[in-house]
Amino acid sequence: MNRLAERRGELIDRGRTVTFSWRGRTVEGLAGDTVASALYADGIRVFSRSFKYHRPRGLLCCGGQCPNCLVQVDGDPAVRACMTPIEQGMQVEHINAWPSLERDALHALASATPAFGMQVGFYYKTFMRPRWAWKYYEKFLRSAAGLGKLDPNHRRDRRYEKVHRHVDVLVIGGGESGLEAALAAARDGRDTALVEEGLALGGRLAFSGIDGANRAADLAAAAREAGVEILQPAWAGGVYEGNLVPVYQGDTMYRFRAGEIVLATGVIEQPLVFAGNDLPGVMLGSAARRLVNQFRIVPGEEAVVLTVDDLGIEAACDLADAGVAVSAVVDTREGETDERLGVYGIEHLHGFAPVQARGRGAVSGVVVARGGERRSLSADLLVMSGGTVAQYGTLVQSGGSIRYDAERRIYVPADVPAGVRVAGEPVGTTSAVPACADGGKGKQFVCYCEDVTTKDVNLSVKEGFASLELSKRYTTVTMGPCQGKMCHRNSGLVMARELGVDPDEQRVGVTTARPPHNPTSFSLLAGRGYEPVKRTSVHHWHADRGGKMLWAGDWKRPYDYGTPEDETAAVHESLGLIDVSTLGKLIVRGPDAAAFLERIYPNRYGDMKLARVRYGIVCGDDGSILDDGTVARLSETEFYVTTTSSGAGGMEQWFTWWNAVWGMDCQIVNVTSAIAAFNLAGPNARTALSGLTDFDLSNDAFPYLGAGHAEVAGVPCLLLRIGFVGELGYEIHCPAAAGEHLWEALMAAGESFSVKPFGLEPQRVLRLEKMHVIVGQDTNAESQPLEAGMPWIVKLDKENDWIGRYSIEWYQTRGNRASLVGFEGSNGAVPKEGAQVVVNGEPVGRVTSSRFSRRLGKAIGIAWVPADLSAEGTAITLSDPSGASIPASVTLRAFYDPDQERLRS
Amino acid sequence: MSFLLECPNCGRRPVDEYAYGGEVTVRPKSADDARALFSYLYFRKNEAGPQREWWFHSSGCREWFQAERDTRSNEVVQVAPPGGLT
Repeated sequence: MNRLAERRGELIDRGRTVTFSWRGRTVEGLAGDTVASALYADGIRVFSRSFKYHRPRGLLCCGGQCPNCLVQVDGDPAVRACMTPIEQGMQVEHINAWPSLERDALHALASATPAFGMQVGFYYKTFMRPRWAWKYYEKFLRSAAGLGKLDPNHRRDRRYEKVHRHVDVLVIGGGESGLEAALAAARDGRDTALVEEGLALGGRLAFSGIDGANRAADLAAAAREAGVEILQPAWAGGVYEGNLVPVYQGDTMYRFRAGEIVLATGVIEQPLVFAGNDLPGVMLGSAARRLVNQFRIVPGEEAVVLTVDDLGIEAACDLADAGVAVSAVVDTREGETDERLGVYGIEHLHGFAPVQARGRGAVSGVVVARGGERRSLSADLLVMSGGTVAQYGTLVQSGGSIRYDAERRIYVPADVPAGVRVAGEPVGTTSAVPACADGGKGKQFVCYCEDVTTKDVNLSVKEGFASLELSKRYTTVTMGPCQGKMCHRNSGLVMARELGVDPDEQRVGVTTARPPHNPTSFSLLAGRGYEPVKRTSVHHWHADRGGKMLWAGDWKRPYDYGTPEDETAAVHESLGLIDVSTLGKLIVRGPDAAAFLERIYPNRYGDMKLARVRYGIVCGDDGSILDDGTVARLSETEFYVTTTSSGAGGMEQWFTWWNAVWGMDCQIVNVTSAIAAFNLAGPNARTALSGLTDFDLSNDAFPYLGAGHAEVAGVPCLLLRIGFVGELGYEIHCPAAAGEHLWEALMAAGESFSVKPFGLEPQRVLRLEKMHVIVGQDTNAESQPLEAGMPWIVKLDKENDWIGRYSIEWYQTRGNRASLVGFEGSNGAVPKEGAQVVVNGEPVGRVTSSRFSRRLGKAIGIAWVPADLSAEGTAITLSDPSGASIPASVTLRAFYDPDQERLRS
Repeated sequence: MSFLLECPNCGRRPVDEYAYGGEVTVRPKSADDARALFSYLYFRKNEAGPQREWWFHSSGCREWFQAERDTRSNEVVQVAPPGGLT
């Protein structure tokens, strides 16, 4: 086994091997290994190809901060190999390389043709012309770019959850400061949770040798003992208003509301910028130390450490301990050989900075320079400790601010909002960090995610993008998967150099670190796949009898029962029954109920007699039609209001809002789901219904637009004699619990009349024959009643004020510009809904409803036409989406039974 | 937006339990002044600062109330039943 001796702080379980597949090959790792550590131990050095140039990339940070080890795991794209524990049978694939990770066609092309040098802005500059070629360019670019492939047929068998949590204190970051803060809060008796994204608690302690590991373990044990709830590995996505923090762990998103948030997010070690700084074998000090101390892997044979601070010296000691030959520590600072290095006999070069990493496909050495003096060192492992940056993103998101501390060369908190606390002292870098190297050959990468080089940043400055916020939008630096964690500081340094300003003056600016902190899968954001549905009390009856159940707003309704034309014919000729339980139903009651409705509706209700029902539309104050339905007067002080199926919630809000504004003495109750409603319609409706009730249904006793309480099949019902479908009909409302019983009783009573249940589609045909509009289909937000063919419903002579009155008065004065009219097709063709009304080839209106009526033997419909084409009989031309031109003529009266004889019979 | 809003009936709740009802406006008393009418219909102050607005507790008591909220910070200064703001 290719591992160092067992030691405290290691994450691997030597007793348990786990096998998984890497690009089809079986690899064996140890339980506790990540995909990255297991592959590295197996000898894998190239993990991915870079975004733009498709250069081979190896492990860089080993801490989930960089894009270099993104892989595809079991179909999930862009998974960070270094943060993903291996599981038995896992299928791991590389991304962004073709035909293979070793030989990549695009990389070959990019290396062979420097003219193909995709410098910043190449996209806009190169692919502009010839214009016709864009579709080919696009195909190529789409296939070349991206981080993995989504399988459109891939179905998840996992379930994602959202959990709401409340704590007194939420600590973000499980390093030393975070653990200490959590421990103190818990000992103080506060309900405390801590979130750590790493695979081990303790932050830097966890990979800093035995002493660090011991301290981390002790702190973690004490915190647990004190009752701190530790979520790990889990990560905080960001900080939102009201101290809301989404925490992602596995397949769950926790929505934490915290009394106090403690930010202990620590620092991130930074790379250095020099030619070849992306070769496999070049990695951060923290990465090398994680491999050695947590996974007990020897990361290389011969190492050179490049550093600007003491973190590099600590890394060199750990490597030497692991048996790596560390030939030198190249330190940008001046000074004497560090004692610790002396112990190991490691050469400590002062004032030197890296110029160039040597090697093809993997690092073989490095050239370092001090002024004109150059040294060439051989190495198969090049370790960078380029200083650190504080992770200030969550602080800024919480409403705080940062300032630059020029002494320590690091950002420190300036303002911290109430309810938030920052823990820990950011470790600064006291020495100046070289922006980039001079004299090296080849690309110097500033941004690993998007392949942005020093040349690109410099070019963007030359082209006028003189601040980081502007440059990032042009070069895309800081905009890749790492969101600036690896490139934000370096891009600022390179820009400052190109602008000729002192980086400590901070004239380049900083970018905004927006959430999410880490790449987040949409599944986590979406949560479990809920699709709430409303079902009527007769839902299963419909479904069992062949009802095609389709979505209608929040409801499922039968579209038809397989024979829509027979269903339509049944209503015309004998008897049909439709479930209209989805209608919105409101009760308006109280001494002011009539006055309230007078103010809500454009037509009158104060004069309404008891036991009558009236059609009404509801308008907005701009005169637009919001909804329609019926209003039945049940008593002096009580009205029963129906709305459209989709309008129930909106009308409840609308009614209660105006009631709150006016402060009238009435109450509005939404009884939509408590009441079932069925419409029994057809010439035999009266005869069929009379068998089930003692209620006098004769035309004299219960005429058209009557309303009355009746017992039907033993169920207390409200009968409304209205006729949306155009035949004699009764809308029967009853308690939903009795819905199925009543429905079955009605079907049984209709049996001798060959009653047919009918669905939405037959209903649409029937109502269209009557030219009844459907609000939302035939009208839109701009439709007002004068133009929508309903001037009769607007009572401008009402004494009281009502909603929409002033706008409609204004429209009345202005005159109509458009009209909603019926039309009959002249040649039998049915224009599609949405077809245009055209004059001289120009669209001037549109078809909102259209069907072929078998009853009438012609194509009929409703359309918006210009006011000057709205007279009865006007010839209009309809342009179908198919391209056909359909002649039609305007009709203003209902196509079927215009004198309402059947309805009133 | 994830701030907490206090319902006069139900107490402090996340804002996603509510429906926003817009600024508190004053409805004109006639159509005589078309400019005033259209300004009421189509223009909002969109105050950067304390603003009086309507809220509906749609996932709670389903009652309307009014709130005064600083739109810059989402700090809720006061809430009250309709017409009760001071």
